[in-house]
Amino acid sequence: MPPHLNDVIGRVLPAPENHLSAEKLELARKARRSFMGRALAMGAGVAASSAVATRAVAADGEEAILKLPPHTTGLGQSVATDGYGKPSQWEANLQRRQSPGLTRVPQASVSFTPLQGLFGIITPSGLHFERHHQGWWDIDPSKHRLMVNGLVKRERVFTMDDLMRLPSVSRIHFIECGANSAPEWGNVALPAVQYTHGMVSCCEFTGVLLSTLLEMCGYDKKNGKFVLAEGADGSSMTRTIDIDRAMDDCLVAWAMNGEMLRPENGYPLRLVVPGVQGVSWVKYLRRLEVGDQKYAAKDEAVHYIDHMPDGTHRQYTGIQECKSVITTPSGSQTLLDKGYYNVTGLAWSGRGTVKRVDVSVDGGRNWRTARLEGPVLPKALTRFNIDWVWDGKPAVLQSRAIDSTGYVQPKINQLRAVRGTRSVYHQNAIQSWRVAENGEVSNVQVF
Amino acid sequence: MRAALLIGAALIAGQAFAQSPPWHNLGRAATQAEVKAWDIDVRPDFKGLPQGAGSVALGERVWEAQCASCHGSFGESNEVFTPIVGGTTKADIERGRVKNLELGSTFPQKTTLMKVATVSTLWDYINRAMPWNAPKSLKPDEVYGVLAYILSLAEVVPTDFTLSDQNIAEVQKRMPNRNGMVFHEPLWKANGQGDVKNVACMKDCPVETTIRSFLPDFARDAHGNIQEQNRVIGPVRGADTSKPAPTVPLGSAPAPVPVVVAAAKPAAGDVKPLLAANSCTACHGMTQKIVGPAFSDIAVKHKGNAGLESYLAIKIREGGVGVFGAVPMPPQPQLSAIEATAIARWIAAGAK
Repeated sequence: MPPHLNDVIGRVLPAPENHLSAEKLELARKARRSFMGRALAMGAGVAASSAVATRAVAADGEEAILKLPPHTTGLGQSVATDGYGKPSQWEANLQRRQSPGLTRVPQASVSFTPLQGLFGIITPSGLHFERHHQGWWDIDPSKHRLMVNGLVKRERVFTMDDLMRLPSVSRIHFIECGANSAPEWGNVALPAVQYTHGMVSCCEFTGVLLSTLLEMCGYDKKNGKFVLAEGADGSSMTRTIDIDRAMDDCLVAWAMNGEMLRPENGYPLRLVVPGVQGVSWVKYLRRLEVGDQKYAAKDEAVHYIDHMPDGTHRQYTGIQECKSVITTPSGSQTLLDKGYYNVTGLAWSGRGTVKRVDVSVDGGRNWRTARLEGPVLPKALTRFNIDWVWDGKPAVLQSRAIDSTGYVQPKINQLRAVRGTRSVYHQNAIQSWRVAENGEVSNVQVF
Repeated sequence: MRAALLIGAALIAGQAFAQSPPWHNLGRAATQAEVKAWDIDVRPDFKGLPQGAGSVALGERVWEAQCASCHGSFGESNEVFTPIVGGTTKADIERGRVKNLELGSTFPQKTTLMKVATVSTLWDYINRAMPWNAPKSLKPDEVYGVLAYILSLAEVVPTDFTLSDQNIAEVQKRMPNRNGMVFHEPLWKANGQGDVKNVACMKDCPVETTIRSFLPDFARDAHGNIQEQNRVIGPVRGADTSKPAPTVPLGSAPAPVPVVVAAAKPAAGDVKPLLAANSCTACHGMTQKIVGPAFSDIAVKHKGNAGLESYLAIKIREGGVGVFGAVPMPPQPQLSAIEATAIARWIAAGAK
């Protein structure tokens, strides 16, 4: 290469090139042609050596490789064609879905997260489950207000601007509806993990610690034993929070997974009560009242109570106890072939950190300890994986989580022995998936 | 010297609390009127309950106009929401415990009055969240009246009763399940202990060999085709639940063909999303009666009427009673005239 050519192309060719003189441009063309020729020769060598078949293909190879598709031979889409990106069109099967017949009014209904298709521990914002008590709203954040009143020295009103100026924290936590898995208290009722366990999601929430707000307002440390959280929707959802919980790790959050909350999840402000059932994570949060007794709001006096065998109802039982479920393979999925599978699922505990997950492939007779994938965070979903080689014979898969308090996830019959069969909420039993010889997985209960 | 500096710092801080964090003064004081506007909760000790009174008779009038369309005339409907009234007896009122919640009961469903222990809960919820499509629109006397009517249906109060802030504490003493709630602190505290015990047995654990419960074949497609609800790549596929399960071992039948089903976009002029978004479908089926008549029945009844579109558009927004029986249709003021007209046009054209 003549030395002056470095002036023309350097290490990185400047573009556009029409700032070059005709003479220098010709020199650059010659240099590029010789470089491209060498690169093409190398590429051909790689292609020839990578033709290793993993399953039966035609003698000369798969069409997916041999016939160059348009995305290799044409021009693709430009940047920011979609200012707020969406998933690939090929992922459209994964959607939040309702369970037919579960509720009769769409504004007081639930949608379920497609756990069968998720990876890691974070739930994509658009797939976070929904539970609305009187329909969702997209509230103008400039008009939204949060009031703190009751047993405080300074009753205060905050705008979103005020709140977002405060020192903030970001925490990854699971949220689970108290009624998740509820239809299965009695018998198997639902076909797939989306419907049996899909009222759980896990996101990074950003907001101000509730304790920061309560201290700013000078809450009554002697008599202030409870906090009432109230929403701004039609139902003005109200829940009592214990002051110890409120001062521990609760957040008044405006963000989820790095963006502002989605309207279906409480935009512009919601309460985050780690470890406690989702109904306490009041959406469209407008008011926090400090009081000296519990409030017995509708959803803590009529719903979200545990019906005991003696006919009494246990009230204020909001902790979501240790639970796990295998998501792949899971109900209504079908295995593609015999042989190796990475069995994977999710475990969580409202009381702390998941310490261990065991998996059984013979209906609970023998167990092996699974790998916990990081990060393993308190009151967050934890991903587990374990190797399994399927021999094509019927099998029953189960997972059993143990948390940092030593609590072992119970079997459904153990849960029923204490709480009876007429409860609705707080069903955290071991889930069983039966794999049949035809490869299909179905929901079963075994004791 | 050090002490003098500290005093100086305190003087600079002025009226603020000496140890306050720098963000201490963000936000502003709430006014009394603002607290009054939002602090609507009513506790079991009746703190927060406004003065007022309402008779069973007043409550019945409000009920028929605003509540019966969802809850039925006697609070026992199970069409839209679970029943409010039913399953309680005079003996329950005496005892403060509902017999039908105990083992051996054959009563089919748990009603609100079977469960609720505190009358304040009902007052609070009716006041804050009812009626369904216009929450917080009832005046305090109307809330007292509606609650009196519900309680009279369960014979907690007589039919000539007037409920007020003065006598509600006496009514609390007659709530059928007032002694039915218990508090189990370990399930309320994060550091509590579970009430159900399992041990982490690892080998040759005692299990039954039978499957106790499984999904019956007829429920196979109750949640749609699961094949269309799973990813088209990866270690597994969704089963095609639109067909019976294969009866042969894996490998003997053709492999499933991947199917991507994009979310359906509403067709132009399709009013069904509007019907769903405004809860019209909670009371009206497409071809069957629910609480109100089927949309197709409305179309048939008025077939050929001149000016039907504008008649229906007004009916939709203003409500009405009598055309299809005694249960009233509540007004739907949240619908714009354009939306109401779109629905009216669709019904007038045959509701298809």
